[in-house]
Order: sequence, then structure tokens, then C-alpha cells
Amino acid sequence: MNFKGIAAIYKYEMSRALRTLGQTLISPVISTCLFFIVFGSAIGSRITDIDGISYGAFIVPGLIMLSVLTESVSNASFGIYFPKFTGTIYEILSSPLSYLEITLGYVGAAATKSILLGFTILLTAHLFVDVQILHPFWMVSFLILTSFTFCLFGFIVGIWADGFDRLHLIPLVIITPLTFLGGTFYSINMLPELWQKIALLNPIVYLISGFRWSFYGNADVNILTSLIMTLIFLFTCVTIIYIIFKTGYKIKN
Amino acid sequence: MQSIITIKNTNKVYSSGFRALNNINLTINKGEIFALLGPNGAGKTTLIGCICGTINASSGTITVKNNDNVRDYKKTRSIIGLVPQEIATEAFETVWATVKFSRGLFGKKRNDAYLEEILSQLSLWDKRHEQIRFLSGGMKRRLLIAKALSHEPEILFLDEPSAGVDVELRQSMWQLIKNLQKNGTTIILTTHYIEEAEMMADRVGVIHAGELIIVDEKKSLMNSLGKKTILIDLTDSLSRLPESLASFSLQLEDNGSRLVYFYNTNKDKDALKNLLNEVNRLGINIQDVFTKESTLEEIFVDIIKSKK
Repeated sequence: MNFKGIAAIYKYEMSRALRTLGQTLISPVISTCLFFIVFGSAIGSRITDIDGISYGAFIVPGLIMLSVLTESVSNASFGIYFPKFTGTIYEILSSPLSYLEITLGYVGAAATKSILLGFTILLTAHLFVDVQILHPFWMVSFLILTSFTFCLFGFIVGIWADGFDRLHLIPLVIITPLTFLGGTFYSINMLPELWQKIALLNPIVYLISGFRWSFYGNADVNILTSLIMTLIFLFTCVTIIYIIFKTGYKIKN
Repeated sequence: MQSIITIKNTNKVYSSGFRALNNINLTINKGEIFALLGPNGAGKTTLIGCICGTINASSGTITVKNNDNVRDYKKTRSIIGLVPQEIATEAFETVWATVKFSRGLFGKKRNDAYLEEILSQLSLWDKRHEQIRFLSGGMKRRLLIAKALSHEPEILFLDEPSAGVDVELRQSMWQLIKNLQKNGTTIILTTHYIEEAEMMADRVGVIHAGELIIVDEKKSLMNSLGKKTILIDLTDSLSRLPESLASFSLQLEDNGSRLVYFYNTNKDKDALKNLLNEVNRLGINIQDVFTKESTLEEIFVDIIKSKK
């Protein structure tokens, strides 16, 4: 294993994140604060508790997921797309790094940023509402697992993208709507029965539900189901990346 | 001579159906400078890409120090440095950070003294804290060389090192390449400048339309490539070519007002002098003299024709 090579990519990506701290950290935190002000304080004060949790506190796991998912896809896709765009990808491809090592470097750095972002939003949430974490181990595990999974997904998007428009397309058109409809601001049990069934087709429902369970012990779907669904998505992304590197799709040809 | 790279029956067909490489067979010797000549789109960069791992070959085998470059890619890539044709850099990184990054990719231990030496040799040490976007084009190209050398490669690929480079920088780059060779580095450079191949290379390969049409020692190849045309405009038109000029490879054109002389600079060293002396002896007044070198494309066509 070329650990120094992985570390080189990791450090390089992290230093880029530091250069663009506003985009990486401050911007999502400001967005989250606005959500808390609007939905937590202004509108949330008029909404009754959900499963015994104040509305402001209820939306915290969903808001963390919203930022983590969006930023994971954005960071990881940009991380690999940018060398493709500038042409510097030649250096990665001609180095003695395996596909696994390249992926670990880029995805590891992007996931680190997402995890840091998740914790930052959690700390920010504490300023607005009283948040409790019943299962801290599972909360951290879900955060790490989700970050890695969606960074892998972002990595695929970055390889697939031919231009900046496509790069932003997936987070804007798929991730954000699915997260909003995946129970960020409500429990899917509040939906009519038919819509509950339809909502279960949304993979992000399982992530938010599992994450919320780690906070408050309440979940829309079984916690084991949430875990299995996340792992299936993770495995799917790993398989796609393996095929991409094996065939050289949009990288080597 | 000990071979360091062996390419056998290598083909590359892109998904569009375009055949970029057609059954390439080539051996590169350890410690030599090998120039791969060819016009744009001939397949030079594709061949380099297949050796370095940036492009998947469709078929064939490539070994570097007896290691297969697909199966044992870690071994083969670890001793190769690549300077690409395009100036591809991360604009917002500093010179020092990007060179360190390159060394790190190859799993090499940190060695700031070596990197300082490389940057100093390439006159970039003073610029180490500058962001790459503030460097001139020439500096960026030197930076690419520094990046390629950062992991102390045994083999260095330079893809069109002189493209868009001024004369002064070209000369210093040639000197650097010569120094690297002295230190034991094998160098493969691609170019479409005959002059560059002539100045630098021990051996030359000519690639055209994906086919390696000739590989030879530089001297013998230049004998066949070094054709020149001299156009001699005359003050007074000639009705026919004088008999004493018949032994020269001459043509009378433009209604007798121009002599066109084809000669080979390497084979006929005194031919031009002899011709001008004879013209002078005959009392033919010369108005102007132009020289015209065959384009590489024309030379290729000649070589292909002669091959057929």
C-alpha cells in the first residue's frame, strides 16, 4: 500500500479546503443557521412537538444530513473533476497508485470535510435548540458511513461530469430534493399512507431516519433496515468505481 | 546495449474507432536519448500515455525493466517521470507544495534538499512560495519538469518539451536534458522539430498515422531526412539549362528565371558551393537566393513511399 501517496492526495485536498474555507464550511453553516431561524424559531414555535421532541430539535439530524449529503457529493465530485478539468489528472494516473489508493485519498479527504461539517452544524444547532444524543456511537458511525458513501457517489459524479453544469446537476437536482422529501423537516409517519410507501423508495429516508434514531431513539423505519440500505448504497458506489477504473471510463480514454 | 523499455505489438483503438497506434514494436536502450518524431496527431502522445499508464493500450505488451506495465504497474511507474505536452498545473498551489505533492504520489520519503536542488537547477527556487498562476509560461514548463523529476526517475518522458517555448529556454532545456542523460537518466522526447531531434537524440523513431515507420541511429536517419531546396532567382532568364550544370540536381522553372536545386546537407557538403561557383563561372547573374527545407510531413511521405 502506497500510504505516502494516499497521504499526498489527502493533504493536497485538505489544503484546498482550507484555501476555500468559506465555500467548504462557512457557507453551509450560514445556510443551516437560516434554517434554524426560519423553521426552528419563527415557524417551529407554532408547530407541536413530534414524538415528544420540539420541532427545532427534531429537524437537527435532518439538517445535518442535508448539509453532509450535499457537501459530500460536491466536495468529492469537485476533487476528482478539477484535475480532469485542468489536465493534472495525468500525474495521478502515471503515479504508482492503485485505484483503491487514489479513491481513498480523494474520498478520505472529502469525507473528512463532511464529517467536520456535520459536527460544526451540530455545535451550531446547540446555539439554537437543546439537542440530545441518545446513541453517540451510532450517531458518529452513521455520520462517518453516510459521509463516505456519498463522497464515493460524488467521486463517481466527478468522473462522469463533462462540465461544471453537470457537476452541479446531481447535488441540485437529485440530492437536495430527495433530502427535503426524505424527512428532513418532518417524520414520514405524518404523510398519508400512500405517500409513506412512496417515500420509502427514497434512499435518503433511511439515512435521516437512522441518524435521527441515534439522537432521539425514534425512527421512521427500522434502524437495521437503515443500516442495510446505507451499506447497499456504499457497496453499489464501490462497485461502480471499480468498474470505472477497470475500464478507464472518462479517465484513461 | 541494455534495453529498459520494450514495446511489442502494441495497438490503441479509441472507442470512436480511431486507430491511434498500429502494431508498435520498439526497444528503448538504457541511458539513451530517444526522439520520437512525428506530425501532430501521429500517435506520439498516445504511445507515451500507453507506456506511462495514462492511456490503456488496446493490445500488446509493454515492459519497463522487464516488468509488465499493466501487471506490475507500481514497479514500472515508480521509475518513470512524465512531462506532458499541455501545461497542466493547479493555478492556486505554490511551486513548493506542488513539487512536494508530486514526490509524495510516488511514495518517496520527504527530501527537501533534493527538491531544492531540482528547483535551483531549473531556476525556480526563488519562486517556491509563488502560486503557479503567477509564473510565466516558460516557468510553468520548467515546473512540470521539476515535478516529473521530483521522485528521482530513471526514465523521463518529455512530450513536446519545446512547444511554445522561446529559443533561450529551449537551449537551456536541451542542456538540462543532456545533464540528466549524463547522470544516467534515459530520456524519451517527442517532437516535430527535426532540429531538436538532431541536437539531442542518440536514436530517432519516426511515427506517422500510428505506425512506427522507421527507427534508426540519428546520423543515418538525418542523412535521409536532411533534404533542402535552394531557389535561385536569376536576373536574366535562361532558355535552357547549361550543360555544365547538368550534373547537379537542378530544375529550371518560371520560364527560365529560377533555378531549383535539391540537395542533401549531410551527403553533399560542398554541393552548394560547387553549384554557385559554376553559376558564377558561367556569368549567370543571381538576383536572389532562397532556401526551403522539406516539411516533416513531406519527408514522411517520402519515407512512406520509399518503404512501399
